Amino acid sequence: MHEVSNATEKEHYIEAIEEMASQKTPEWLATLREDAAKRFAERPLPHRKLEAWRFTNVNPIIRNPFQPIAESGVDQLASSDVHPLLYANDWIELVFVDGWYAPKLSRNAGPGGAAKTAGLHEAIAAEDDLVEAHLGHVLGDGGNVFSDLNTALAHDGALVHIPKNVELDRPIHLVFVSSKTATESVIHPRVLVIADANSEATIIESHVSLAGEPRYFSNPVTEIRLNDGARLTRIKVLDEGPQGYHLSTTQVRQDRDSRFDGFTFSMGGPIGRNELNIVFEGEGAECSLRGLTLTEGSRLVDNAISVEHHAAHCNSWIGYKSVLEDKSHSVFCGRVYVAPGAQLTDSNQLNQNLLLSDKATVNTKPQLEIYADDVKCTHGATVGPPPQELVFYFQTRGMSQAMARGILTYGFADEVVNETPLDPVRDRLDRRVFDKYSPK
Amino acid sequence: MLEITNIHATVEGNEILKGIDLQVKPGEVHAIMGPNGSGKSTLAQVLAGNEEYDVTEGAAHFLGEDVLDLPAEERARLGLFLAFQYPVEIPGISNAYFLQAGLNEIRKSNGLGELDAMEFQELLREKMELVAIDPRFADRPVNDGFSGGEKKRNEILQMAVLEPKLAILDETDSGLDIDALRIVSDGVNKLRSPERSFILVTHYQRLLNYIVPDYVHVLFDGRLVKSGGKELAYELEEKGYDWIKEELITAS
Repeated sequence: MHEVSNATEKEHYIEAIEEMASQKTPEWLATLREDAAKRFAERPLPHRKLEAWRFTNVNPIIRNPFQPIAESGVDQLASSDVHPLLYANDWIELVFVDGWYAPKLSRNAGPGGAAKTAGLHEAIAAEDDLVEAHLGHVLGDGGNVFSDLNTALAHDGALVHIPKNVELDRPIHLVFVSSKTATESVIHPRVLVIADANSEATIIESHVSLAGEPRYFSNPVTEIRLNDGARLTRIKVLDEGPQGYHLSTTQVRQDRDSRFDGFTFSMGGPIGRNELNIVFEGEGAECSLRGLTLTEGSRLVDNAISVEHHAAHCNSWIGYKSVLEDKSHSVFCGRVYVAPGAQLTDSNQLNQNLLLSDKATVNTKPQLEIYADDVKCTHGATVGPPPQELVFYFQTRGMSQAMARGILTYGFADEVVNETPLDPVRDRLDRRVFDKYSPK
Repeated sequence: MLEITNIHATVEGNEILKGIDLQVKPGEVHAIMGPNGSGKSTLAQVLAGNEEYDVTEGAAHFLGEDVLDLPAEERARLGLFLAFQYPVEIPGISNAYFLQAGLNEIRKSNGLGELDAMEFQELLREKMELVAIDPRFADRPVNDGFSGGEKKRNEILQMAVLEPKLAILDETDSGLDIDALRIVSDGVNKLRSPERSFILVTHYQRLLNYIVPDYVHVLFDGRLVKSGGKELAYELEEKGYDWIKEELITAS
């Protein structure tokens, strides 16, 4: 049944893949794309009987024949259009319009500084060995049918390389902008981050729309390789337009003693999914994954997290929060896999959901697969409205119930914001949360 | 100031208050003492407007206004304050923000202008000094991670900032060591004035050594069974609550 219906739903993608194959491409990349195309053809599209998609209905994406995009809408944009999205003059900020790198709108990018940043397309054309060595290999055969599609069709994106022992003195901001040109189109942004041994950096990845109402589908994949002792903070801001669908996959592979601090803020778009897969390959690696999801209307956000402990002495912390209004829907899955031999694993997860409406839906699921015997794995979840005893406390100090709920919600959400590094990023998020929930 | 007549209240169907009458005039300090489970905290919660409690009979007038039908925030805006026995923790919201928001709501409803952040900071600093609280408390989340004593002191700070006309202190003394008790009591005494009244709900006479009440009432099984001056507290301390119980049995 599903294969039959999938054939129709995949048709326009298969056509795009064939078109892509006819273009002149380095051999390694052609092979990578072919393999991905094969996996895409074989893997079923999401449906309710697939455990990973049980609560996440992506039919509006599957059933709409989003078209490949012929060119970016960069020429229709001025610097002043994207300027409000940027943070600081001295940061490295790369702007991508409809999936294409836009050097003219970017600043401080290139090979000049302590780190290398480049458009992926130009890096491939320049025969950058790093790309050939890593692109697609961090993801491996992980990910999902949409990340396969990305690998098969991605044409541009970002390359970030932090060389050995470099502690980058400024953040890197990757801004993926959808313009009007992306209307009824699908884009496949691709990010490859290689952090060499003992390097340290912070990367912000923003997904935003300048398009307003038009409908589009963004299908980004981010691959991150952390070598021994590397430390990376990655802040993802999912803020697509009101009809901007977003299904993303991030794959992180961590070598010995590396540390990954991930923040995922999900604030815009009718359907947003952040698949985040961490794989510990070396001993002593750590990750801390924080998330904040704010939904309203009939929006759906799915955070599908997987942390695989393949080495001993690794620690993982997962703390995700959601605030839900109206009929919105938040899905959380925290999978922790502890391989045989991954002893002394310490893993904690907590998913907290604040319901501001009794029509909102939360699905929260821990999934522990433990094959080692000397480990500590905890999980917990809460779902509910602001506690009445707290609301009452506010009332006794002169504040109305509505005001109490607003302030409590702001406090609940802002806890994640407050942990975010970088003042400009934190301030912008704080303002967003404050404006959304604080009493007027 | 406060006039309570024949209040009956239930929680989850159980009658806890069985007819309470009490009059508090401006400037007076009343102590309500009683054994555990006698209904002391219920009385405090009912007066503050906790909707978990159902008032089934009686009336409570505060400054001439029938307050039982008013939501808790409107009672607070009239000048009623409850210092909680177990103050809740509010992660993510700073003491300063919380108090400024509350104070401004109260000011607005009394026709006063709102204080801006600068003016409020100044006021808060002053009040923190008055009740001997570390200024760093201002930026800490409300009660979050506070010790028991810190929470009680924070309640007194809130009282100092909000300047209520009637403050009900629900077992503010319980769990305090002698130093903390002295600080809390000093704070209360500094706030005593001919216009401001207090109801001290307590299990122990100890607090009343520091805050000397005008009247002492004994609450027993949902009723105020005995009233007197401060010497009644000493009597209770000496003889315990069983003495009251026996007296009641003899009387009936």
